[in-house]
Amino acid sequence: MKKPKINTLMVILLSILILPFIYTNNNFCHILILFLIFAGLGEAWNIITGFAGQTSFGHAAFFGIGAYTSTVLFYKFHISPWFGMIMGAFLAAIISALVSYPCFKLKGHYFAIATLAIAEIIKQIFVSWDYVEGATGISIPIVEEGIYNFQFHSSKIPYFLIAYILFLAVVYTAKAIEKNRMGYYLKAIRDSHEAAEALGINTTIYKLYAMMISAAFTASLGTLYAQYILYIDPFMVFPLEISMKIVLLTVLGGIGSIYGPIIGAAVLIPLSEYTRIILGGTGKGIDLIIFGALIVIIACYEPNGIIGILKQKRKKGEHIHAKAKALS
Amino acid sequence: MQKQKLCLENITMKFGNLIANEDISFVVNEGEIVSLIGPNGAGKTTLFNCITGFYKPFSGKVFFEGTEITGWPPHRITALGLTRTFQIVKPLKEMTVRDNVLTGAFLRAKNRKEAEEIADEVLHFTQLYEKRDLLASSLTIVDKKRLELARILATKPKMVMLDEVMAGLNTTEIKQAVDMCLKLRESGITLLIVEHIMEAIMPISDRVIVLNAGKKIAEGPPQEIINNEDVIKAYLGERYHAKSKKS
Repeated sequence: MKKPKINTLMVILLSILILPFIYTNNNFCHILILFLIFAGLGEAWNIITGFAGQTSFGHAAFFGIGAYTSTVLFYKFHISPWFGMIMGAFLAAIISALVSYPCFKLKGHYFAIATLAIAEIIKQIFVSWDYVEGATGISIPIVEEGIYNFQFHSSKIPYFLIAYILFLAVVYTAKAIEKNRMGYYLKAIRDSHEAAEALGINTTIYKLYAMMISAAFTASLGTLYAQYILYIDPFMVFPLEISMKIVLLTVLGGIGSIYGPIIGAAVLIPLSEYTRIILGGTGKGIDLIIFGALIVIIACYEPNGIIGILKQKRKKGEHIHAKAKALS
Repeated sequence: MQKQKLCLENITMKFGNLIANEDISFVVNEGEIVSLIGPNGAGKTTLFNCITGFYKPFSGKVFFEGTEITGWPPHRITALGLTRTFQIVKPLKEMTVRDNVLTGAFLRAKNRKEAEEIADEVLHFTQLYEKRDLLASSLTIVDKKRLELARILATKPKMVMLDEVMAGLNTTEIKQAVDMCLKLRESGITLLIVEHIMEAIMPISDRVIVLNAGKKIAEGPPQEIINNEDVIKAYLGERYHAKSKKS
């Protein structure tokens, strides 16, 4: 049972890696980069919400913190965005711990609402904070391309590779968590807080760990996004839309599953990019309309997302197989 | 003299004006099976929650193996070796039976392999091994209660508190549960049991503690308790008690 599962994941990951080399189109590469960023964000969100069951609607806050930390350090002090990425991850982990510690006392929907509010607060702080240029945003100075400066102008492939490595890091961290003590503990917390405590699990600490890991990865992807777009403002990296996209694509794909965010991002990102290409300015938001409809259908039909449907199919297959064996 | 395992000193628990437990003290010695009985609403589950840290008692102290554990969070108390089941079963629904038990086993195991060994051992003991790959939510109530026990046994406790593990079981299943309690005692685990099914627990209990309306009204060997007037009054009401005296 276990071996083919690992192989499917590897096949998916390898096919993502070779795609931009087979179909060398700049726009296609751009979509792949966005796909990797959002799939990575979904995986990171999955750690705190899919595994630990603490619904966060405020992950845009960590994404923005990651983007702003590296950008400000580069813009003001000319420090390599790589260092900024580490600092951003570190800062996001600390801030996530500070804000979620009191919020963990809230149960269910109240926690979700609190995260939503906190993300908005952080956004408003950045909007009116002069040191980081407030609502005007920061254009990242264009410098010589190269790995140290984290800027590549002649090709999108380096960005793709960096996104791919970050994405791999999140996927394998999530996988390692799922297979080990922490994964079991987080899932126990999700299913029953009290039972988890009775089993000797320090629920607060484990939820904090999950939140910090999740925030750190979200922030590193934020740095990558900032370096890729080369311009950030609070409305771009802190909006509710990003938090929602992370939630929606994971829910569509399958919450609590490693494959979920990959499937969800593979649907949402091409959908939003191609509708924009085809429909132009008039098509703004049409992707979310289609996506919303998909979510409604999925939620009615199979709450575990697309991965849930696939699993059911497989189970049915096994069932028929077993029956056939019994009959023969 | 026997070693004291659990010791309660004047535990009082209030919810607003409602006094759920009033001035309760008792001792459970190592290797004993002690039953806690009482009519519905007597405060048995509240007392359980006070001992295991789910509630912080209003006043009084709880000691486990000589360490004061009053007001500790539940996970620290479990780590010390005192753990409990829940009256309303709380299976980890979206995990398999084995994963449920594995979650408990991680407390004492250094790595996954060790945890798996502990889990399999416990699954055999609780006769859940054949059902290990089922989802916990798909189990029957009997198996859910077994799972509840299996999961906490995987934490390798020194003392286990069972909250109505036999309620809703049929005669055969009750017998199995009783056998399991005796086996647990043999393996050196002290037991404190809340139960309503008298014929099941009276024969195996070393001592019985009776609660009524939040107060301890009697404590002693089962034989004594059955004939205790206060206990009969609490269970059957004044009128029946008076009637039974007349005849």
